[in-house]
Amino acid sequence: MGLIQIGKPKDGDLGVMTLTLEKAVNWARKGSLWPMTFGLACCAIEMIAAVSSRYDIDRYGAGVFRASPRQSDLMIVAGTVCRRMAPVIRKIYDQMPEPKYVISMGSCATSGNIYDSYSVVQGVDRFVPVDIYVPGCPPTPEALFDGILKLQDRIMQKRVFTTQPEQVKV
Amino acid sequence: MHAIAEKIQEKFPAGFLNAQEWRGDLAITVKREALHDVCTYLRRDPDMDCDYFVHVSSVDWPDDEERFEVVYEVYSIRKRHRIRIKTRVPEHDCIVDSMTDLWYGADFMEREVFDMMGIRFRNHPDLRRILMPDDYTEGYPLRKDFPVQGKGWRDSFDFLQDPN
Repeated sequence: MGLIQIGKPKDGDLGVMTLTLEKAVNWARKGSLWPMTFGLACCAIEMIAAVSSRYDIDRYGAGVFRASPRQSDLMIVAGTVCRRMAPVIRKIYDQMPEPKYVISMGSCATSGNIYDSYSVVQGVDRFVPVDIYVPGCPPTPEALFDGILKLQDRIMQKRVFTTQPEQVKV
Repeated sequence: MHAIAEKIQEKFPAGFLNAQEWRGDLAITVKREALHDVCTYLRRDPDMDCDYFVHVSSVDWPDDEERFEVVYEVYSIRKRHRIRIKTRVPEHDCIVDSMTDLWYGADFMEREVFDMMGIRFRNHPDLRRILMPDDYTEGYPLRKDFPVQGKGWRDSFDFLQDPN
């Protein structure tokens, strides 16, 4: 996002650029968003399509899907969240190392969609803080990419060396 | 009447109530007391040979005297016939015989019926809830008098620590 402008280097150029460390950290973070595989329903199929070669989520550095929350930065909650799944999602979210981000993918994860029933949670934001909501039923891979790009824009605006609030209220 | 229904009526005249046929599907309604005997006959008799236990489900008829209807569906892979067996139970005594001694596959399906509709199965080896959590106390969600949105369970997140 305009961090590095590559012009034609002069002969004998040392390759030095100046920027704030904060920007460099944010740039590194946004360029290596490792997602946690968290497909719960049909949205997961679109997420899989986003990973595969036709769409290739790796262009945004977010293609290294990890099966462990300990290694991931981004949880893409893709699909209908049942109440019985809720403690599991929260536990996995708690196990992710900071900084961590959550994308609520699709109408079900965002609001429960048409499933206004006894077993479906009416929005994953009721128990984990959500950064980006991606609308759609299911969202296309392009829509997911739009969410990832918006999350990257947001990461670039974060303050790194400022004390963050210790606890995020849910 | 369908040949199989005639046979069952002949063998169990006291338990047989009626038989319906609709577009080639045979459904037999039997009394609860005869249910297990009819199913044993369908399972063991070489003419019936119903080796595949397709499904158990239940229907709630809230206005009826015998409120719940348990529906079994069995199929014979060799003979290629499919029979649906229905039986009715009242609300105050909703218990039927388990089919787990005839078909092992009945185990989880009967647990689901118990979980969703609250119908108990006599002689079931492990009658616990299967879809809802074991400590779920709000009742049986697929009964007609159960509110669609539930009774607050979906909005209570007891695993969250109080942020204050």
